[in-house]
Amino acid sequence: MSTVAIKGGRVLDASGARAADVLVDDGRIVAVGADLAGDRVLDAGGCVVAPGLVDLHAHLRQPGNEEAETVETGSRGAALGGFTAVVAMPNTTPAVDGAAAVREVQDLGRTALCEVFPAAAITVGRAGERLTPMAELAELGVRIFTDDGSGVQDGRLMRRAMEYAVGLPWPVVLAEHCEDAALAAGGHLHEGVWSAKLGIAGQPAEAEELMVMRDLALARLTGSRVHLQHLSTAGSVAMVRAARASGVAVTCEATPHHLALTHAECASFDPVFKVNPPLRTDDDVAAVRAGLADGTIDAIATDHAPHTAQDKEQPFDEAPPGMLGLETALAVACSESGLPLERVLALLSWQPARIAGIEDSHGGPVQAGRPANLCVIDPAATWTVDPARSASRSRNSPWAGRTLTGRVRHTLLAGEPVVVDGEAQR
Amino acid sequence: MTGAPARPVRHLLSIDDLGADGIDEVMRLTDAFVEVSRRSIPKVPALRGKTVASLFFEDSTRTRLSFETAAKRLSADTMSFSVSTSSVRKGESLRDTALTIEAMGVDCIVVRHRSSGAPHRVASWVDAAVVNAGDGWHEHPTQALLDCYTIRERLGSLAGRRVLIVGDVKHSRVARSDIAAFTALGADVTLVAPPTLLPPTLEGWPVSVSHDLDAVAPDADVIYLLRIQQERMTEALVPSLREYTARYGLTVRRAARLRDDALVMHPGPMNRGVEIAPEVADLPRSAIIDQVRNGVAVRMAVLYLLLGAGSDKVLTADDVMEAAVGESR
Repeated sequence: MSTVAIKGGRVLDASGARAADVLVDDGRIVAVGADLAGDRVLDAGGCVVAPGLVDLHAHLRQPGNEEAETVETGSRGAALGGFTAVVAMPNTTPAVDGAAAVREVQDLGRTALCEVFPAAAITVGRAGERLTPMAELAELGVRIFTDDGSGVQDGRLMRRAMEYAVGLPWPVVLAEHCEDAALAAGGHLHEGVWSAKLGIAGQPAEAEELMVMRDLALARLTGSRVHLQHLSTAGSVAMVRAARASGVAVTCEATPHHLALTHAECASFDPVFKVNPPLRTDDDVAAVRAGLADGTIDAIATDHAPHTAQDKEQPFDEAPPGMLGLETALAVACSESGLPLERVLALLSWQPARIAGIEDSHGGPVQAGRPANLCVIDPAATWTVDPARSASRSRNSPWAGRTLTGRVRHTLLAGEPVVVDGEAQR
Repeated sequence: MTGAPARPVRHLLSIDDLGADGIDEVMRLTDAFVEVSRRSIPKVPALRGKTVASLFFEDSTRTRLSFETAAKRLSADTMSFSVSTSSVRKGESLRDTALTIEAMGVDCIVVRHRSSGAPHRVASWVDAAVVNAGDGWHEHPTQALLDCYTIRERLGSLAGRRVLIVGDVKHSRVARSDIAAFTALGADVTLVAPPTLLPPTLEGWPVSVSHDLDAVAPDADVIYLLRIQQERMTEALVPSLREYTARYGLTVRRAARLRDDALVMHPGPMNRGVEIAPEVADLPRSAIIDQVRNGVAVRMAVLYLLLGAGSDKVLTADDVMEAAVGESR
């Protein structure tokens, strides 16, 4: 097998930064140091060589909505965005709530351009009534259970899921889309000045916050870990901060869009800005950024949610919520979060890898012996987002036409250069 | 929301597209078309050769007829598409529907849709002028223009007038357009409703709020009643129609305490006996029939503003009198 040398870059991982070349052979890093030579050379001049990014939250839409995305096309976008691992959400059709569905997504992932880790539903059919066979699914490798797309409404059922998870011999985590369905019912954007002006029913911040509050209480009650998905309100961030300080085993994520965009984007009525949880206020954006900066929020997760043009070319209230994110997440984080690159990478790589339980293969230190899941980032490169050039089958990027700073030059998946000079290799 | 439109008006999606000067211009054009409407043959060739399509995704006989009558009196050709929401849901996207209709060669599309913002989406996809004929809870700008015209006709001006908008403001496109138009013309607007029927926030809205109709009605120049829909009861927004009427209905007793020259208005269709007592709707102070009548002339003015004499030019009332009235002589 031929070797690949990544030359001229600055290696950056959880242990810090140093100028070094990286030599890869047979899927692993074999050397990190000066003046390394390989059969193939990837130029990393001016770039940072980092562990591959890890997305805790992507909708790859397969099975069931292959018009919007497939595991293959989603993974290509992921690789272009620097991701070597993606946790695929289970709200497919049918839902990933049993062994056959988990195996199907795992099989689809074997030829993908990043490693695909299926999350499984907490309840059968995501209907909020009966628990999925969590032990059987965990044995197949599932580490994240979530009914994402909706929260588990029944507090008693969520308590049972947490209690049951504590007894499993695998390090699983329950991840919750926090939304009180009754309070959010019928809402299509954040309830506030814009929902009032535009005449569209809103979802109050409290619909999210009530379930954050409940799940923190249940985690305290059961001693279970809980991971809160795509936090979007100042109140949610404050509650997580306080709960963690009091010893609750909570982790949480925020999306690139919630750290940069507000509900004012909805003024055009363009459903490309419709997402769930909805874009919120300036104060909420500031609180999400503060939570990322002070460590309250553990990860940036894309909530990549492709939808066909047909589905988005509808009025705001009839269009489905969701936006693309895999190809732009790093650049948005670099451009908008106000955080230095090493913090951005912690939030996009090694911290989410630990939450997903995949730190042995992703997000680990760049050193000899480790799996060669790497990305090479040009932090100074600027580019303008053109959804027509996206690898996704869908085009619903809220960043269309915006110029961002920070771009992925190369991505290596188990030693294979799947992205070279910003181009997918297969 | 004040001042002249920054550029010629291409679409009428929101009252903000016009501003105070734009509203005044529509009022002056309406004066001309009211004059036309009084003739034995109330028709002018101003839009001959133009085609106006009405694209209604929601039933609205009166608004559609008003627009189509306006277009015909301007000698435009008209097309009408009524699309049931269910068939569209199953089939093509809004964009495909809009492009299909534009491909038939239309100059203007009049859009009514149950979803807020649908006309804005259509306007982003087509070259034709788009008129919002009511979108969801968002706006109904031609209703506000005919309301302004009716108030001016009856009271002379809106400047300094105290206008109460009573009822279900939260779900009312009429209220949103009326608030923008009335305040642009200098009226002092108070919303009168239980908090459950007001928008979740009124931050930035140039209005006052009252939850007590009896306290504010005696000083009002205009009482504008909104339709209360039966479905609001099932959403726990008010306990019952009976309780709503008791607190917010314009009953005979309340109407007797209004100022002598106070106007009563309603966008229709009325629920007689709920938001308005049957006898009150028929009092001389009621301008409800005037509103409907003025609707045709106002919509003629809007279509003429968007389509007449090359829409790259900001028209004056004199232009239209010359164009419309002159040609027909």
